Amino acid sequence: MIAALRCVIHRDLLLAARRSSDVLTVLLFFVIVVSLFPLGIGPEPALLRTIAPGVVWVAALLAAMLALNRMFASDHADGTLEQMLLGATPLGMTVAAKVLAHWLISGLPLVLISPVLALQFDFPQELLGVLALSLALGTPVLSLIGAIGAALTLGLRGGGALLSLLVLPLYVPVLIIGAGAAEAAASGLGGQAQLLLLGAMLVFAGAFAPWAAAVALRISVE
Amino acid sequence: MSINWFKYSSPQTFFPLAGRLASWFGALALVACGAGLYIGFFVAPTDAQQGESYRIIFIHVPAAWMSMFLYLVMAFWAGLGLAFNTRLSGMMASALAPTGALFTFVALWTGSLWGKPTWGTWWVWDARLTSELILLFLYFGFMALQAAIDDPRRADKAGAVLALVGVVNIPIIYFSVKWWNTLHQGASVSLTKAPTMAATMFAGMIVMAFGFWFYSIAAALMRARCIMLERERASDWAVEYAKGSA
Repeated sequence: MIAALRCVIHRDLLLAARRSSDVLTVLLFFVIVVSLFPLGIGPEPALLRTIAPGVVWVAALLAAMLALNRMFASDHADGTLEQMLLGATPLGMTVAAKVLAHWLISGLPLVLISPVLALQFDFPQELLGVLALSLALGTPVLSLIGAIGAALTLGLRGGGALLSLLVLPLYVPVLIIGAGAAEAAASGLGGQAQLLLLGAMLVFAGAFAPWAAAVALRISVE
Repeated sequence: MSINWFKYSSPQTFFPLAGRLASWFGALALVACGAGLYIGFFVAPTDAQQGESYRIIFIHVPAAWMSMFLYLVMAFWAGLGLAFNTRLSGMMASALAPTGALFTFVALWTGSLWGKPTWGTWWVWDARLTSELILLFLYFGFMALQAAIDDPRRADKAGAVLALVGVVNIPIIYFSVKWWNTLHQGASVSLTKAPTMAATMFAGMIVMAFGFWFYSIAAALMRARCIMLERERASDWAVEYAKGSA
């Protein structure tokens, strides 16, 4: 089973490497959205410093959602998904592997580039780690919840807008707590509580979301 | 004697029953809402701190209760439909969603009408208000997903998964007051201690809550009847009913 899962992850990563523009588009979207906020709000450093975690988090949320459509769509189009449904590996495990690969492609680059963007907002350097850590714990949750939405809207008309309507409300607790971590650290409270909550969410979503997405996939494909 | 739990799970047997129940609960809703509004506006005393503006709670609080409760009921039917593969459960879930969304909207709307004179603002980003807003989005998402799927069986099942996932939001709403505890006051009514309000105010609110409850049952059953007719339009009983009522 482990070999099959490794194969799924390897295949998705290889596909992403061959179509690297897909990965870069999401990353560039993230960078551009974050850069738009100072242009819209004004370059006041004190203001930018306070809104930095929230802006980075909202932009990461939108970028993660932008990439969701692709999680199952191409596998569905070329019939690979049906083979996965029929395969001996439990579908929940396959979905978990696909989510992991999806996060490595679309989530991890956001985490890595977020400190640079936060510096543009004059965010204190010693807190960059907290922000990146909160994103590192939070973006996998976004991918996991998003997998359920992506599975439910597979092959539907108006999929993209519908997917955002389904998934964004479910993202709200992650956003509140994720952005709260860096904000609490900036105000001197320390972000441990929020980071622990994010970790709890990750464990919870990691345990249940793949199975819910697997059920949704079976409904969508049958 | 064994009970046949699935007797009314077929649209054909449930359709006439739903019609009778809907008219009874509709009548009860009229009586209860009339009595509740009478108590609320004429019997209940003026509040010492908030003046007359507090009277909106007679609509606001029951609507907020119903908005959350109906989501649970909807998820219950949705889960039942997934577990037993009964057609009617999915129809009930999709019949409940618009009523739930309506009450969520009413709760938000009346809350902001109450907030302006009392808190001095139409809207605050308080935990409970925000959660209620998310609940409204969840209802919209459920309805949008079902509307986007043409095959009713897939629509029911996909909606059921979404509703069950959204149920995670209900405890967040409930505990958010304790977790974040911002502007919104704690619950005035709980099962474990005596209500912190005058008995007549409490009575008015409870009567209104029953009124909204009966209304929800009546409205959901009426809507379920329409869905049943639409989906079963090829079957004999539906054709017969349509001929009889034409």
